[in-house]
Amino acid sequence: MQELALILVGALLVNNFVLAQFLGLCPFIGVSGNYDTAVSMGFATTFVLTLSACLSHVSYHYVLVPLGLGYLNIITFVVIIASVVQFTELFVRSVSPLLHQALGIYLPLITTNCAVLGVALLALGQGLTFLQTMVYAIGAALGFTAVLVVFAAMRERLEHADVPAAFQGAPIALVSAGILSLAFLGFAGLGG
Amino acid sequence: MSDFGNAVLARNPAWSQLLGLCPLLAVSTSVVNALALSLASGFVLLGANGCIAAIRHWVPQFARLPCFVLVIATFTTCAVLLMQAFSFELYLRVALFVQIIVTNCMILGRVEAFASQHGVLRALADAAGTATGFALALLAVGAVRELLGHGTLMMGMEMLFPGTEDWGMTVSDAGMLLATLPPGAFIVAGLLLGLGNACFRAGGSRLEKQRASES
Repeated sequence: MQELALILVGALLVNNFVLAQFLGLCPFIGVSGNYDTAVSMGFATTFVLTLSACLSHVSYHYVLVPLGLGYLNIITFVVIIASVVQFTELFVRSVSPLLHQALGIYLPLITTNCAVLGVALLALGQGLTFLQTMVYAIGAALGFTAVLVVFAAMRERLEHADVPAAFQGAPIALVSAGILSLAFLGFAGLGG
Repeated sequence: MSDFGNAVLARNPAWSQLLGLCPLLAVSTSVVNALALSLASGFVLLGANGCIAAIRHWVPQFARLPCFVLVIATFTTCAVLLMQAFSFELYLRVALFVQIIVTNCMILGRVEAFASQHGVLRALADAAGTATGFALALLAVGAVRELLGHGTLMMGMEMLFPGTEDWGMTVSDAGMLLATLPPGAFIVAGLLLGLGNACFRAGGSRLEKQRASES
């Protein structure tokens, strides 16, 4: 139990996927302009990330390894992620059209979110069990959501700041992300 | 030729479109890491762009994205296996980010926007240009971070090209730790991007003024 808690905190704060491991930066910079869309994007990603990490784990250990096809892991994982995204879109559309409208254009973007593939590959590299993979994925996804939402709030404030012309837009966003990342360094050492 | 130049400068994937940021920030701790990832990305980009331009007439419209992603994933797997075979030590440093080339939106973007509509030769020129532009951005951040963080430049090149041990330079013995840590990556990239904006915007507005005065 304690081990699972450590994995969760590690993925959520200490090795935050966006700020310490540089995964999922495209949506982090691209979708964080608005607070509400950041929240929606975060939850859609959480769902897809957890589901695809679990499916990747199962398919690697129970299909690819017995067949001796371990080197096909990247191709398999990409197909799994794309199908999970496709399935989520269909599911959301039939269950809640309103949510689908809100998430609409963000769902397909998750396919090219490297954090999703990154979690699957990292969990594999660390040799985690199924339960550990699930906890790791949830921690990573919540960490991604938290940082995305915090950063969206920061950028709404930046809109009103007097930024030099050359730094408007992406450059100042990157520098403020650096400062946020500096703050997250404070979590290093938490949970050993 | 114009496809190549366009892709390097006007549409530089990293600087003007902010695509492929994850690898740009993650592996730019030193020049050799940056070069290794640029070469791997370039290989995948050339392969995928050329291959998709060749098969573009046989790919049905509704299934094109899955097809493209599979082609890119195939070339990425090749790149991973090649790096494991020829420079394993370096592969260990950048392993995750070589595997993650599949989800680099820069590559899918070029394939979808260019290779699926043009012939093989033009697609290859575009891929070469995009890869060069990406490599330039990656090497710029890598050089600045290695210089600030370790006080060295081009250390460890022999991992990529054997027999180049004397390429490394030591500029100063003291390094600034911040530049090698994750926050340093964001800050250096942000500052470089701002600097680039300042230079290019100034140049651009001068051109516009010139055009305005001519007309």
